Amino acid sequence: MRSTSSTTLTERLALGGARVFAFAVLAFLVAPIFVVFPLSFTAGQLLVFPLPGWSLQWYREFFTSPLWTGALLNSLFVGIVTTIAATVLGTMAALGLHGARFRLKPFIMALLVTPIAVPVVIIAVSAFYFFAAVNLVGTYIGLILAHIALALPFVVITVSATLQGFDPNLPRAAASLGASPLRTLRTVTLPIIAPGVASGSVFAFVTSFDELVIALFITSPQQRTLPRQIFSGVSENISPTITAAAVVLLMVSVVLMLVMEWLRARSERMRRPGGTDQ
Amino acid sequence: MTVMASMSSQSVPVATVESSRLAAQVSASERKHLIKMLALLAPSVIFTALFFVLPLALFMFRSVDNPEIQTYLPRTAEVMRSWSGKGEPDEAAFAAIAADLNAIRGQPSLGLIGRRLNYAMPGARGLLTKTARRMPIAEGASARDALIAIDPQWAEPALWGVLHQQSGRLTDFYLLTALDLQKSPEGELQRVAPDQRIFVDLYGRTLSVSLTVTALCLLIGFPVAAVMARAGKRAASWMLMLVLVPFWTSLLVRSTAWVILLQNEGLVNKALMALGIINSPLPLVFNRAGVLIAMVHVLLPYAILPIYSVMKGISGNHLRAAASLGASPLRVFRTVYLPLTLPGVAAGGTLVFVLSVGFYVTPALVGGPGDQMIGYFIAYFTNSAVNWGLASALGAFLLIVVAAIYLALGKVVGFNRLRVR
Repeated sequence: MRSTSSTTLTERLALGGARVFAFAVLAFLVAPIFVVFPLSFTAGQLLVFPLPGWSLQWYREFFTSPLWTGALLNSLFVGIVTTIAATVLGTMAALGLHGARFRLKPFIMALLVTPIAVPVVIIAVSAFYFFAAVNLVGTYIGLILAHIALALPFVVITVSATLQGFDPNLPRAAASLGASPLRTLRTVTLPIIAPGVASGSVFAFVTSFDELVIALFITSPQQRTLPRQIFSGVSENISPTITAAAVVLLMVSVVLMLVMEWLRARSERMRRPGGTDQ
Repeated sequence: MTVMASMSSQSVPVATVESSRLAAQVSASERKHLIKMLALLAPSVIFTALFFVLPLALFMFRSVDNPEIQTYLPRTAEVMRSWSGKGEPDEAAFAAIAADLNAIRGQPSLGLIGRRLNYAMPGARGLLTKTARRMPIAEGASARDALIAIDPQWAEPALWGVLHQQSGRLTDFYLLTALDLQKSPEGELQRVAPDQRIFVDLYGRTLSVSLTVTALCLLIGFPVAAVMARAGKRAASWMLMLVLVPFWTSLLVRSTAWVILLQNEGLVNKALMALGIINSPLPLVFNRAGVLIAMVHVLLPYAILPIYSVMKGISGNHLRAAASLGASPLRVFRTVYLPLTLPGVAAGGTLVFVLSVGFYVTPALVGGPGDQMIGYFIAYFTNSAVNWGLASALGAFLLIVVAAIYLALGKVVGFNRLRVR
């Protein structure tokens, strides 16, 4: 009995210690991100605490300076085009991979997901080398093509994951009842895999919207994206406008993360038999 | 089956025809289905091949590609091919290079070939420019005498040795350079002069930073994941949120935040000074400490998430069974819990290590000149030094390391685990 009580005590101590440690680590994970928030509202010129006062001047600067608005618009434009293309291509590929059985299938799957595993600096330099030869450096098309290549694997992976829980008899049933392949896709397949497609497209957008290294290599100042603009600011001298830009970038990512988690929870609920809200 | 049998016994020929037609129809429809599915796959496969595989292959080929000498000095390359490479070549070689230089005199090609030879022999560019300016040589004169009159370097066997070694269509020059190796004029492998040995140090630094970051991420991530796995549903989902926020936040924003926090006037130094722990600001940024702090921050979610997902699946019954059999908590942890979590630890460690080996942005922003890793030098040789061959050779080594780790650990832990969310 004595040993039991002592083990529970050490266990409790260890657990308590681990909890304190975990909370410290979680604070370490989020704190730096949220430090940027108040700094972006400073009334002063320097990024120091305590703030001399609150002001929206840096956001005014961000949303009125053509340098920053241009970068934001470029990022949105490239991100949206990338998302649409990667989502369409990736969903088609995932459907094809799911429906077909052939010998080269593992190889094709590996080919489609490899871009995630390759260090992005190598992808960027390769893209620069290749696009320079075909005159695509310093063009929107070049940047978008490179971003699609980077984002496509995320769509293939997320949609494939959703398709794993997909009953292949459902489209067959639709077809046997006389639905055309397009109608089957529209009314049966797509509604079921929609959460996966949506998550894939969120992934694709974030991949493009946050992407810095490729943009550094293959864009001219005309196609500068928001990350590129922030990077050039940070490597020179950090003005509070950069913190405002960082907050904008951060807000987009966090909102999309929430969307993503909501989609994930939804699709998990749908996959559970007799799936209702818990 | 019996129905079929009785039917077929009544009308044997019809059934055979029917069934073979059915089989044909089935296989035709299966083929049609396969073609349809392949058609769905084709655009992505073609796209990836064209805009990922092809650029990567072309760039990788650049590490052994050696077109310059054969393109711009074709006569010299021809003569060099049949020459032994020992001592001084004969008059034909001098005549060939004189004719080649005369042909590209005053053209951009002269600069390109000069840059290429300069990689292998500093000063070659100046020599070529100077010699080309004095071309053509007088009719009937000895090319050897004329060139040596322009610059005595032309009499040096070392120069011709370099030309001989570098005139092939493919070269091992860049790959050797990226290993701090070179070939002597006699063709023997040797290390470059000590003050020029930078790449082996670079790999050592890249590996030591990556291993340190991986170890820190696992040591910090493991207890966090354990606490998350033991927490109640509500608390666990809140904690997961706190891990996912940085995971989703742009790496650039996080690196920027660390520059702001860690600088001399930054919050961390201010706080430490206000607490009286230090008297003067600690140098925390633009050095190794800054790189480690920021990289651990960026990569920690990649360690926590796979470990957490494995721990979530570990049933408490195993632990209780071990404890009920008399194992001490430490023993339960060591012999039951830890082995069960290993797949997650291996997956998290692999992800963190593979990602950190290729890091470029964070060290560039938060580190000093002595903290840069392979990625930085690939970018440097592409943008600033314009030495594609060397950039490619470094890229090839980086890619080999990453591929080897992925394949090895992918086999051990399973590729499915090497995904975070």
